[in-house]
Amino acid sequence: MFGIYLKRELSRRKKAALVIAMGLALGIALVITVNSVSAGMQQAQDKVLKSLYGLGTDMTVTKAQTAPSGNSSGRPKFNFDAKSNDSKKTQSSDRVMTQGGQSLKSSLVTEVAAQKGVASAVGALSLNVTKVDGSFTQGKAQSSTQQQGGGQGGPGGGTSTGQPQVQGGGASFDVNSYSVAGVDVTNQDLGPLATSKITTGKTFTASQTNAKVAVLSKSYAKENKKTVGKTVTISGTKYTIIGIATPDSSDSTTDVYLPLKQAQTLGDSKNKVTTIYVKATDSQQIDTVKKTIQKNISGTTVTTSADLADTVSGSLSTASNLATSVGKWLSIAVLVAAFLVAALLTSSAVSRRVREFGTLKALGWPSRKVTRQVVGESIVNGLLGGALGIALGLGAAYAVTAISPKLTAELGSTGGMGGGGGMGGGPGGGGPGQQAASAAKNTMEIALSAPVSLTTIALAAGLAIAGGLIAGAMGGWRASRMRPADALRSVS
Amino acid sequence: MYKLTGVTKRYTRGKETVEALRGIDLAIEDGDQLVIQGPTGGGKSTLLQMIGGLDRPTSGSVELDGVDLASISEAKLTRLRAEKIGIIFQAFNLIPTLTAQENVETALVPLGVKAAERRERAAEALRSVGLGERLGHVPTELSGGQQQRVAIARALVKKPKVLLADEPTGNLDEGTRDDIMGLLEGLWHEYGLTFIMVTHDSSIARRAPRLATIKAGQITLTEQGGARRAAAAQPFVQQPGQQYAQQPSYGGQGY
Repeated sequence: MFGIYLKRELSRRKKAALVIAMGLALGIALVITVNSVSAGMQQAQDKVLKSLYGLGTDMTVTKAQTAPSGNSSGRPKFNFDAKSNDSKKTQSSDRVMTQGGQSLKSSLVTEVAAQKGVASAVGALSLNVTKVDGSFTQGKAQSSTQQQGGGQGGPGGGTSTGQPQVQGGGASFDVNSYSVAGVDVTNQDLGPLATSKITTGKTFTASQTNAKVAVLSKSYAKENKKTVGKTVTISGTKYTIIGIATPDSSDSTTDVYLPLKQAQTLGDSKNKVTTIYVKATDSQQIDTVKKTIQKNISGTTVTTSADLADTVSGSLSTASNLATSVGKWLSIAVLVAAFLVAALLTSSAVSRRVREFGTLKALGWPSRKVTRQVVGESIVNGLLGGALGIALGLGAAYAVTAISPKLTAELGSTGGMGGGGGMGGGPGGGGPGQQAASAAKNTMEIALSAPVSLTTIALAAGLAIAGGLIAGAMGGWRASRMRPADALRSVS
Repeated sequence: MYKLTGVTKRYTRGKETVEALRGIDLAIEDGDQLVIQGPTGGGKSTLLQMIGGLDRPTSGSVELDGVDLASISEAKLTRLRAEKIGIIFQAFNLIPTLTAQENVETALVPLGVKAAERRERAAEALRSVGLGERLGHVPTELSGGQQQRVAIARALVKKPKVLLADEPTGNLDEGTRDDIMGLLEGLWHEYGLTFIMVTHDSSIARRAPRLATIKAGQITLTEQGGARRAAAAQPFVQQPGQQYAQQPSYGGQGY
């Protein structure tokens, strides 16, 4: 009888059942949507952060920023020989600087690694290479006295007649800069190369601590038409290209990876690193580890991914904040409202059925049988709402993924960050400086998806049953309080 | 048999206390018919609730076959209602979403009768009130008279000892009223029920063998004579299961 009665009630009172179910469905759909969009935001943010860090990097340690002083790194110097008359041979000169001009002692790496809560620490050296190449032509000295003021290129061109004049001298130069990272080849799970995959060739082996080998980023290799097996020359040293690395995100700024020792030699920074990549033993303890490092090792800046996340701005962070704060509260509010509406509707439906339940009691139905009927109806309503809600929520999440709205993330410079930031102390040169500034403010575009996890669906189903139970408890309680004498009530 | 002793029922509405029944003493033999009448608010329905075990008196006892309905546990009282008491209501009180057959089945649910037997007995009971063709109809698809027949089938399907009726014809027109009264009297005879009915209808009250008038919570009993009783016992009775709708009008029998 329970089943028949239940079926009859639900099928003959479809509207009432549907209203309750729809209310619950709305709440549940919203929970699913907000949950999945939040997960999508999280993924997007992780992507952004991962582009700055290696996989598994929890924080980086860099030298505390000091005010850049003009003489700390010196002004760039390029030496060119003025070759003899007809020589138009291209000359090239590289200037190698540590990024930000600030470095830490290599010994700090072991010191950091020894800190409590640190699983491993790897040092890396970021260099910035400014390459200037071009030709320099010497002016020709003219002996003719008639031709005055013809030569402009030569120094010390006198104005007195009869003196030799320098004529036709000139120079044309290309200035471009790229970044080099010195990688600890013994531990490549952490560090700058950890964000990239080797797509061609091989990565460094643990024995190549001081080998003249290089891994190039895909974009750099393409731009400069380099392939595995060829060589790349940096500041006069030839490196054999052993691999091409494709970054996991388009954001990686390193062009050339070298073994750490080679990079140190190039940058004239023996036993120095610019960034220490740290992995914590427990990802929940990152803040504690950060404090420990800052306390025990002075003169350093520790940046965690949370700090980094704070620097993420743009539509991604706005949307992410919206999803986590507004979305969460909105879904809770709607859910509570849906539960309340379901409970009130059920309760009022029971009140309208006073005579029905009174009659059943007068017929000798025990209270629990009547209550069971009401609770049963509510749970089915809840499940119905849950199914509808899950369908609705999946639809919404699918729609978000299908549309995949583009979000932009701007990464502010936190000073001394391994990847993008901290080029402030660099040379005052126009070209490289501009590039540094743009690198410090990375803008990433990320498509938003709304992945629905099984957990989310389980949560939704649980909520549906809970909603049904709450409504059922309310209605059942009312029904159980009805007396058999209510059957004689004249209200219809 | 029923034995009511000093039954008093007080209701408290806010600060006001209403005494619906004041010390009722009443005995009803098995197989007897008692009609209760009286002005509205006089306590008729309250008395019926006491007799039917739907409510408990404030004081006094309501004994049915030696069991005091006023003092047994709720579970026992519920069980007793399920087994021994059939009730018919003025507004029929059918479950609106259930079919005629399922409505009748609800009376057998608390007795733990198996589904198949339940269906069979419900169909049989509906046939006996002339609704054998209407098993699958829901109440809204039935006329008032037919709905009351379903309710009668529901009251009798468990073969109760007592049949209580609260204004069973109150919502019916005259012709239908006569059909229903004829049916009830026939069943009363057939099953040997103790039949207690509350009514407003003076034409029904007049021909009752035994009449109880409740006024201001007090009872006056009137025995309406053996001849009348004998006459009352006779006329409308035909064999149950026949087409009661075709019976001669109740009102046309000279009451």
